[in-house]
Amino acid sequence: MTGKDEAELSRLLKAAIAGDERAYADFLHRTAVLVRGFARRKIVQGGVDPEDVVQETLLAIHVKRHTWRDDAPVLPWVYAIARFKLIDAFRRRGRRVEIEIDEIAETFAEPETETVSERDINRVLDSLPPAQRSVVSAVSVEGRSIGETAAKFGITETAVRVSLHRGLAAIARRFGRE
Amino acid sequence: MRTEDLIKALDADARSKAMPLRSAWWVATAAAAVIAAVVFWFTIGPRSDIMIAMHTMRFLSKFVFTIVLAGTAFALIHALSTPGASTGKAAAWMAAAPLLVLVAVVLELFAVPEAQWGTRLVGSNMMICMGFIPLIGIGPLAIFLWMLRYGAPTRPVLAGAVAGLLAGGLAATFYAAHCVDDSPLFVATWYTVAIIILTALGALGGRLFVRW
Repeated sequence: MTGKDEAELSRLLKAAIAGDERAYADFLHRTAVLVRGFARRKIVQGGVDPEDVVQETLLAIHVKRHTWRDDAPVLPWVYAIARFKLIDAFRRRGRRVEIEIDEIAETFAEPETETVSERDINRVLDSLPPAQRSVVSAVSVEGRSIGETAAKFGITETAVRVSLHRGLAAIARRFGRE
Repeated sequence: MRTEDLIKALDADARSKAMPLRSAWWVATAAAAVIAAVVFWFTIGPRSDIMIAMHTMRFLSKFVFTIVLAGTAFALIHALSTPGASTGKAAAWMAAAPLLVLVAVVLELFAVPEAQWGTRLVGSNMMICMGFIPLIGIGPLAIFLWMLRYGAPTRPVLAGAVAGLLAGGLAATFYAAHCVDDSPLFVATWYTVAIIILTALGALGGRLFVRW
């Protein structure tokens, strides 16, 4: 199972970095499932919402995807980021956590769905400058395309892309800092 | 925000580009070398008898130590700033520079009569050595710490310390062209102290600034 995941995710991420948005969405969905399973298995005593770890990991993967070398395996890269973000989440909540290094391999492919609750990401989103916040919300929560968002706010598509990129980078940075 | 919504936003940003980490490290290291060279030339510069010194083994051996240190630290810091990359091999290579220095020290102890060991070790300008290696290395260290933020080190303090070793190796390479104390006894002592200062600063920088 892991071997198949590895080959498939590696192919998708390569295509995504080359500019294929559909491959990127596919990559992110599959990665979210893997990381969700990982976080749920690691968080046994509560205190941290696994879905927060999933979101922080996806953000980190996004802003750090230039650190992946396309001739290196992708799963160790994904899990190293997920583990770092998980420890970070525990640290922020003032808890200690011990994570076994060798547990990467045992991953279950069963579809795990997200639980709904108040997300950390919302608090961070609220702290963004208004222009970035409204663009990020339009594209994510409202599900608008870049073109629709540009029309809604009466700005160029380039301006939407810049605001979106800066907004996401700022959210990722804030998670790292707190 | 649901994870599904977050993915929409990340996907819409799929076309944003950043320089691959490996290329960025090369660019950053080149920039750091330029900064170190400029600081070196405008402060102490090379020693006046450098053309003659270049024909001596002791003078040349200093560059072997410092360049090997910088090279091995460069390989390790690249691995440390890449999540999931194996670091064992690169970490083992970090022993190369200290081992070379150790061999040179032993050879020096055989080559030089015991009465001279003290003077060789103390040398003539150890304070300059301990002052200028950190001074030349501080700019490069800042660049390397910034690069660690650009990368994704899962062990920021260790990565910061290795950034200090890289800055130290680079700075010591320039400083070696100035210093008239060529004995391995001097190098093993004072260069090491100076590089440890940068390493400690790097570890502190990693702790305080390298968040992602």
